Amino acid sequence: MKHQQVHISREDTLSQPLPRRAFLRYAGLGSASLAALFMATSCKKNNSSSPASSTANLSNDDVGILNYAYALEQLEAAFYTQVVQTPYSGISQVELAMFTDIRDHEIAHREFFKAALGTSAIISLQFDFSSINFSSRSSVIATAKAFEDLGVSAYNGAGVYLKTPDYLTLAGKIVSVEARHAAYLRELVMVDTFVDSDVVDSNGLDMSRKPSEVLAIASTYIKTKITSQLP
Amino acid sequence: MNMYRIFRAIEEIDPEVYERLDTRRQAMKEFAHIGKKLSFAALPIALGAMLNKAYAQSNSSASVVDILNYALTLEYLEATFYSMGAAQGSGLIPNSADLTAVQKISTDETAHVNFLKAVIPQLGGTPVNKPNFDFTAGGTFPDVFSNYQTFLAVAQAFEDTGVRAYKGQAANVMSNSTVLQAALDIHSVEARHASKIRQMRRANGFSNSVKPWITGNDTGGIGSAVQPVYAGEENTVQAGIQITGIGGLSISANAASEAFDEPLDMQSVLAIANLFIKS
Repeated sequence: MKHQQVHISREDTLSQPLPRRAFLRYAGLGSASLAALFMATSCKKNNSSSPASSTANLSNDDVGILNYAYALEQLEAAFYTQVVQTPYSGISQVELAMFTDIRDHEIAHREFFKAALGTSAIISLQFDFSSINFSSRSSVIATAKAFEDLGVSAYNGAGVYLKTPDYLTLAGKIVSVEARHAAYLRELVMVDTFVDSDVVDSNGLDMSRKPSEVLAIASTYIKTKITSQLP
Repeated sequence: MNMYRIFRAIEEIDPEVYERLDTRRQAMKEFAHIGKKLSFAALPIALGAMLNKAYAQSNSSASVVDILNYALTLEYLEATFYSMGAAQGSGLIPNSADLTAVQKISTDETAHVNFLKAVIPQLGGTPVNKPNFDFTAGGTFPDVFSNYQTFLAVAQAFEDTGVRAYKGQAANVMSNSTVLQAALDIHSVEARHASKIRQMRRANGFSNSVKPWITGNDTGGIGSAVQPVYAGEENTVQAGIQITGIGGLSISANAASEAFDEPLDMQSVLAIANLFIKS
């Protein structure tokens, strides 16, 4: 099922932080209820007098950071969906299985943020992968490696801005999986590069990037306009 | 397994542990009783459950320094393990690319030890001493430094435990953003290590199913000796949201569990680590 883009009024949602209690209550709803909520949101869009938004805004609060993660997960999920749909020539069975796993993980992350954010979620983003040659193994694994390392640095850099402990733990649950992906893909590019100095410093610390740095890099692949109040 | 050793280690991290339990004597009695009924592998879980009771009311009792010393203990464990493994050279690790990987991990773990030893005094704390280790875990892994398969099995258990340990403490060091940043940056390096070790286990034919990520609570073919490392990793519900089949999409339970690594509390981690600590 492909979700249609949900355009909702930014003013009445993102301007308010999502209270943790509301998040957890909302999060506790089953998928049937979630579907109902999405339908309600769509109706609201149709009836709303506010202009349909084609911009994703990232507010400078926990909701903005979760939406930032949601944007990155959308990017990764879209990329791997394409990789698995049109595998590069000569892909091995094991590599295809691993890329399928990674795709499913990224889709799970994307759908998790979408469900968790509910009506505070940004729109579904549009991507431009024209710079990637999906029929070339080296193009695909180089891009995948770059996305995973970027994702790790993004989560590592966003953690200190989160105010809600539960969100920090959730981000932690995801970032280590991205790091597992990254180390797998780096090894596909070249053996024994899993902790090379371009990602891990002499103190044995992984790289972290501010949201603004990450968005500048990711913007190459994102067509939808993103405005960000994040650091 | 020496239960006293475990309590001693917990005591070092949290001197008030016995006030949280009824008394030290009561704790020993309770634990000895549990020990009679359960298998070796299940003991850490039982211990964790018992201590969870003790910590339930005062979750944030451990200070930032305590947590850093806890991390330092785990890093000592890893750093010593890899340095001893790498020292065996091709006698233990037959192919040179794998030996390079082990050396790189060893370098990172030693860097973590040195980093934590430098940070702890800056916060007014005293770094804990390096424990004495028994990497055979009292004979469970007798050939850990002569059999490559055993070595990588223990390595995987250490890395996956390390990832869970840092994840479990991130929210407890939020008050200090410098410490939080460092903890996050170490956490993902441990995950890179875990991924690489798992890839090496597969490439060497020690498991034909193990993947860079954790599927359910599967040990990746290592078996019950390391089962406590994976307890709870089978979770597919995040913040109350069922990930399996989320959004009407075909996300399997395996993928749902793989997509999110799970944290582990300090007591459960120490119960695992202390299988390898002599004193």
